[in-house]
Amino acid sequence: MNIIVCIKQVPDTSEVKINPETNTLIREGMPSIINPFDMHAIEEGIRIKEKVGGKVTALSMGPPQAMEALREAFSMGVDEVFLISDRAFAGSDTLATSYTLSKAIEKLGGYDIILCGKQAIDGDTAQVGPELAEHLGIPFVTSVKKIDEIKEGYLRVHRMMEDGYDVIETRPPVLLTVVKEINEPRPPSLKRKMQAKNLQIPVWKKEDLNIDEERIGLKGSPTQVLRIFPPATKGERKILQGNLEEQVDRLVKELKGLGIV
Amino acid sequence: MIRVKKEICTGCEVCISSCPYSAIEMVEGKAFITEICNLCRACLSSCPEGAIIETEESPEFRVQSSELSQYRGVWVFAEQRRGKLQDISLELLGEGRRLADTLSTELSAVIIGSNIKKEAETLIDYGADKVFVADDPSLSDFHDDSYGHILSELIEKEKPEILLSGATSIGRSFIPKVAARLKTGLTADCTGLDFDGRILHQIRPAFGGNIMAVVICPNRRPQMATVRPKVFKKPVPEKSRKGKIIKVLVPDNIPLRTKTLEFVKDLTSTVNISEADVIIAGGRGLGEARNFRLLEELAEVFGGAIGASRAAVDAGWISYPHQIGQTGRTVSPKLYIACGISGAVQHLVGMQSSDIIVAINKDPDAPIFKVATYGIVGDIFEILPLLIKKIKEVRG
Repeated sequence: MNIIVCIKQVPDTSEVKINPETNTLIREGMPSIINPFDMHAIEEGIRIKEKVGGKVTALSMGPPQAMEALREAFSMGVDEVFLISDRAFAGSDTLATSYTLSKAIEKLGGYDIILCGKQAIDGDTAQVGPELAEHLGIPFVTSVKKIDEIKEGYLRVHRMMEDGYDVIETRPPVLLTVVKEINEPRPPSLKRKMQAKNLQIPVWKKEDLNIDEERIGLKGSPTQVLRIFPPATKGERKILQGNLEEQVDRLVKELKGLGIV
Repeated sequence: MIRVKKEICTGCEVCISSCPYSAIEMVEGKAFITEICNLCRACLSSCPEGAIIETEESPEFRVQSSELSQYRGVWVFAEQRRGKLQDISLELLGEGRRLADTLSTELSAVIIGSNIKKEAETLIDYGADKVFVADDPSLSDFHDDSYGHILSELIEKEKPEILLSGATSIGRSFIPKVAARLKTGLTADCTGLDFDGRILHQIRPAFGGNIMAVVICPNRRPQMATVRPKVFKKPVPEKSRKGKIIKVLVPDNIPLRTKTLEFVKDLTSTVNISEADVIIAGGRGLGEARNFRLLEELAEVFGGAIGASRAAVDAGWISYPHQIGQTGRTVSPKLYIACGISGAVQHLVGMQSSDIIVAINKDPDAPIFKVATYGIVGDIFEILPLLIKKIKEVRG
């Protein structure tokens, strides 16, 4: 099976500190990582290949340094990687991003399964996966927590819902977005890591894709951020006084006063 | 927006490496923020001269009004699951009513399912002027293909200017498909809506709730947004309200490329954390799986749900659907009680918009106390039984 994994490089928030005065993230010097949900997509792609054979291709759209994310994907066991990078793509919202990705995937061609992380941790929209499937005209299943069965021309997957999961049958070509429950991503192999260092990564620019210029970048993005503002500050923080029992008493009184108890 | 004050910038290039998105370039010896900027603000504190500033100015946009003026009306996608209307749909009707009244237009609901006549009528009680009902046995299960097809066709025909849906599993799955098909914008997970003229201001948290962003879709219609459960209040239903029920013709040839074999319910009754008013969440401090029983006891007192930090899920003490935070779910209940959760940033981003946060932790320096409305420093195994007892006493 031919598997394509779409990955995004995001700022690593795992060692983020909060500025106590402004209550905002201090992101200075923060390294970049592969979006955590996408790590599970890469792992699942490799597992499918190990099970039924085939090839795993990783694709990323972003600035030149996103090559690092692709090198890491390669080190984990992905066979081939491509970067889609062009100033003309800058400012893309989810519609323009998914359109651009769809054009790159059309160029690659011959795929059976496309895997994406459920959402990126910097945008949290969960839109690029379903929108990409729509551009490609293929079905999709979101929030997949398990691939129950996979064989030529057949897939059975579990889709996470609020209160349980749906068991869904489908067939390739199909796009799946995955949640972290699906697997435990493997660490990169040392040997592949060495190979990844010297890997020549093809970079596709707008000219390389059969693309409608009206549909990419800022021009092709129907949404725009009008402005940003700090979140409303919460009500006063109350420090409870006294011994444990008094503190609990106080808490129950406060909650009662708020009509919650 | 992030801007560089050219007259102050010394061209030292320090900011360039501070940007996780490579959005800063040097242009004629001065820093320049390119369109890749994701508004993360990392550069603000990097500049030794304070030349990088955050402004509230709006980018320019043109409204191609002639075409857009054909679009009128506010729509709510009313989600039902196995015949039960979801609360989020009713909450959206309340907010949709307000939006429609502000624009002096109609509020319509769209409901898709099988045997849902009664539910359609309920939507009128909750504020809909019109209800489009796609009622067919083939629609008993949710499918992206059928739901997407029906909603897209309806929108193309009726041309509403706004479409709202819940940011639920179903909404977050097929609504992006509809937006892509209609080539319009979609804003995920809104926590507030407002207007400038007929332009919908879609307010959503960005960067884990540390910044709020106002997103607009000026030149395409409909303006589409998913809204988190519990953001808006459910309106009071009025049985006397009159509205029109419009039957949607369901084509019998919608190709379904997925098939739902069955739904497997999570056996823990307290799992639906996205709609719960009260969430009792446990973390590493619980020590072992069986201590979640104590949390369940407290959750029962409140009729609440059980949440967990990533540490507790990764330890195998509780299943993933309970996980709250960056790689789990985002919640904003009325009351969030964090028990033995230290409060890593990844957890905080998933719960810090809760109305009231109670933190119970042994470590007085735990970051969870920074977002807590009420904090108790101490042993959860001592405090929780006491809390359960006192609440029961107060209630008599």
